[in-house]
Amino acid sequence: MIHVEQDKCDLCGTCVGVCPVDCITMSEKMLTVDNELCIDCDHCVKICPVYALESRDEE
Amino acid sequence: MKNEYDVIVVGAGPAGSTAARHAALGGASVLMLEKDRDIGTPVRCAEGVGEDGLEKFVDIRPEWISARITKVSLTAPSGKTVNANVGKAVGFILDRKRFDFDLATLAAEAGALVKTRHNVTGLIVEDDYVRGVKVVTPEGPKEIRAKVVIGADGVESRVGRWAGLVTVTKMKDMESAVQATVSNIDIDSECIQFYLSSFWAPGGYLWIFPKGKGIANIGLGVAGDYKGDKKAIDFLNDFLKSHFPDGSIQTLIAGGVPVAKTLKRFTANGLMLVGDAARMVDPVTGGGIVSGMHAGKLAGIQAAKAVETGDFSESFFQAYVKAWDKAGGKNHERLYNIKESIYKFTDDDLNYIADKVLDVKPEKRSIAKIFSIALWRKPALLLDVAKLFANY
Repeated sequence: MIHVEQDKCDLCGTCVGVCPVDCITMSEKMLTVDNELCIDCDHCVKICPVYALESRDEE
Repeated sequence: MKNEYDVIVVGAGPAGSTAARHAALGGASVLMLEKDRDIGTPVRCAEGVGEDGLEKFVDIRPEWISARITKVSLTAPSGKTVNANVGKAVGFILDRKRFDFDLATLAAEAGALVKTRHNVTGLIVEDDYVRGVKVVTPEGPKEIRAKVVIGADGVESRVGRWAGLVTVTKMKDMESAVQATVSNIDIDSECIQFYLSSFWAPGGYLWIFPKGKGIANIGLGVAGDYKGDKKAIDFLNDFLKSHFPDGSIQTLIAGGVPVAKTLKRFTANGLMLVGDAARMVDPVTGGGIVSGMHAGKLAGIQAAKAVETGDFSESFFQAYVKAWDKAGGKNHERLYNIKESIYKFTDDDLNYIADKVLDVKPEKRSIAKIFSIALWRKPALLLDVAKLFANY
């Protein structure tokens, strides 16, 4: 599952542009990942310029 | 705000504002929605633009210009710097905050209604036609109907996806970028500088774009398929430490630059995409302001025509697609191929090219000359470049 570090996130939306399943939602203030839809491809983790997304094992 | 408009534009960047202005000038009732609090902020852009490109779409105002650029320098991995002779002015570094703000004002003056803090979260789709948007406003969620929706929602675009278009960008075609606006630095305020090196920006480049005396946008993009452990922010921090240790960082932004082909399909029934949302950014330079405004103008005009004729089908919007192809869409594909070739240059190739260029007398170091030397090193580039110029 993908965890968002809101403090690090700049809300640039780059992750949204590469997410193959459209599971990332961005508002003016917050980025959220729908982990039900997420397929764990980690594209968002890799593309993030600032370490705001982390891949974690299911809790 | 009414419950229905002829045209709704999602996103108030240069592409959206230009689309809204031209749709309104064509007689349509237009609503432009921006998710952020302010038009023009946060700036996610290096702010460089060519003068002749920009003036085709708007009367340039002096207050938009942070710096006038007359020189270009390229630094090879070896550290050797080549100053290219570019003749007259190359272009500007814009103040995007004012620029974007004023473009939205021009749209409003043409008759469009502009709303900030309105985050579009979905589309109204009926009978296979886009018929409006779902939007979260400060007063709560609303549905607003429209005959045409124009998606100008940037690299993070979802409007196209909601209408069934394939907009996801491949990792290798997305640059992971960061930029700092740094003051108290010693730079030539008329010169844009590029560093080409896998050490500073693997699969991309590092830029220094002056914003005035002693201040510049310093940023870089790393290819999305870069396999190393460092992130764009690490490369930038390392560069700033080594080159400008006394610089003050006044803005630090992250962003993505799609260096992709334009989407195969960027229209649907009741919908057109423009600018970064349609992946219209120049894949070689990463520049997207002018191409976005161009597409915005074409889509705005076509939206007004659709309202006039009552035809909102995808086939009616093919006139926009064709106009975009004619205006630069075909070249875009060639630029993409050139990008693919350039990205295959090794640091050795780049050092070789720099050394050869430095053998040329400074007054003869034009961009064309540099390119011709690069071509000798990588003849595979030749065909694409020839096609590109043949089309101009």
